[in-house]
Amino acid sequence: MSRPNPAKVAYASGRRSPLAALSTWVERHVQSLVSSLGKLVRQPFASALTIGVIGLGLALPACLHLVVVNASAVTAGIEKTVQLSVYLKQPMTAEQARKVRQGIDARDDVLDAQLVTPAEGLKEFEEMSGFGEALKALDDNPLPYAITIRPAPLFDSPEAIESLSDELETLPEVEIVQVDTEWVRRLDAILGALEQVVLLAAGLLGLGVVVIVGNTIRLDINGRREEIEVIKLVGGSNAFVRRPFLYSGTWYGLGGGLLAWILVSAAVGFLAGPIEKVASLYASSFRLQGLDPDGILALVAGGALLGWVGSWVTATYHLRRIEPRA
Amino acid sequence: MITFQRVFKRYPNGREALAEVSFDLASGEMAFLTGHSGAGKSTVLKLIALLERPTRGQVIVNNRNTASVGSGAIPAFRRQVGMVFQDHKLLADRPIYDNVALPLVIAGVTRRELDKRVRAALDQVGLLGKETSFPLELSAGEQQRVGIARAVISKPPVLIADEPTGNLDPDLALEVMNLFKRLNDVGVTVMVATHDVHLIDRFGVRRIHIEHGQLAGFPPDVAA
Ligand SMILES: Nc1ncnc2c1ncn2[C@@H]1O[C@H](COP(=O)(O)OP(=O)(O)OP(=O)(O)O)[C@@H](O)[C@H]1O
Ligand SMILES: [Mg+2]
Repeated sequence: MSRPNPAKVAYASGRRSPLAALSTWVERHVQSLVSSLGKLVRQPFASALTIGVIGLGLALPACLHLVVVNASAVTAGIEKTVQLSVYLKQPMTAEQARKVRQGIDARDDVLDAQLVTPAEGLKEFEEMSGFGEALKALDDNPLPYAITIRPAPLFDSPEAIESLSDELETLPEVEIVQVDTEWVRRLDAILGALEQVVLLAAGLLGLGVVVIVGNTIRLDINGRREEIEVIKLVGGSNAFVRRPFLYSGTWYGLGGGLLAWILVSAAVGFLAGPIEKVASLYASSFRLQGLDPDGILALVAGGALLGWVGSWVTATYHLRRIEPRA
Repeated sequence: MITFQRVFKRYPNGREALAEVSFDLASGEMAFLTGHSGAGKSTVLKLIALLERPTRGQVIVNNRNTASVGSGAIPAFRRQVGMVFQDHKLLADRPIYDNVALPLVIAGVTRRELDKRVRAALDQVGLLGKETSFPLELSAGEQQRVGIARAVISKPPVLIADEPTGNLDPDLALEVMNLFKRLNDVGVTVMVATHDVHLIDRFGVRRIHIEHGQLAGFPPDVAA
């Protein structure tokens, strides 16, 4: 059936070089990138809503994270060398108290032990608490003898402190043993647990972002069903129809990440003044920490990544189901 | 180029659209596909474009048995088959340029070549200068020609059209059919489903006639 025909030769298409293919690939992506952004701008309300929800979802774990970071900074400034206070039973003579101190001081796991007489204790308490006047109203000094102990360097693990404390408590002269910096350790443990909570919250809210973007993309796909069918009809692959949706999703995530950054910065800026004022009352030079560059990057890039994932999952799932009819 | 071997098509609803249809259209050949409404013409074209798959029998297009084309390979397969629809199937919110360029954009053609070929395709259908118009700003005949430009821009070896002149007045219909004939003259294998008796008589091309899902001789009134 073939007739020699010059027009026929012109009709046959040529092959493309790899370089040309690469340049078109880049060109197509840039084009999708720009046109998908244009689409978001053309539906400002829906886009703003989605980006707003994503921004809140990302800002929440970021704020929690900052709470932990700042609380850790506070406890880091506190002396962590452990001290034990041993309160002796009453009544007790000065001679007896000195003997007990010597006994404790001789232990291997004790660096030194100092005796605090009731008078010294009262003075210290007056200075620290400001209840001096009220205490003066008392006839007798209610305070017992106390011994302040610093454990030996090799024996300051929580377990060693605990066994030291337990052993001291069995002494007949001892009323009670208090580990003074225990609350700092406890707080550190709580903060450690809270950091896990932050991770969990970040995980859940990240999943939420994926779902939100996915839902927005799903609505977008339904609204453009006809267009998708036509593109498939003329030979567009699933990957081809998916591309603009991936860009939309990534833009949503990126916008949400930027918004979260703004929200967190605003919250830090808003709280910094009042908190530093409170800190100054305690003669502390504490400064509220905001997001560091790594945190900002994680927030913004993480947002974009979650947006991409959300759109990828949804678009891959829904676009496969749209088949052209003729 | 297009071969049907004992093709049987039953739709999911149980409707038997084609039974034992066999024909062979050689490369560079042109044929009209005729038959009453509901005869199965659109079904034949849908099988060629892999919009449907045969229930039994073989459909071979461009030396490729459609049974061997997996769903992942359908897009690439469709790029070898230009399609023209009665309802045009244009993207209403995109200008004519984008509509015509679509198959090349999908194929990943460079912008410079794209420009050249869109212009050439529009020139071929007599619509040069309408690039920035939108489909609904054009007449039915013009829209149909945009659809044809889109179908041929990637130079597919096979072109199929489902009642492309159904909505057009006789002059426009003739113009569109002439366009198909010209494409056939440059070597494209063309198959056009149509009701248009006048056109069938006017163009001395092969006829494939279907009645109730089966190949049949031509009805006496147009058989001459
Ligand atoms: N998607 C479908 N599902 C079920 N039945 C269908 C489907 N498409 C077509 N049919 C049936 O198959 C038969 C052939 O339909 P087809 O569309 O091929 O006819 P046609 O020759 O193109 O008719 P017309 O000239 O009216 O377009 C008809 O009886 C129709 O009802
Ligand atoms: Mg039909």
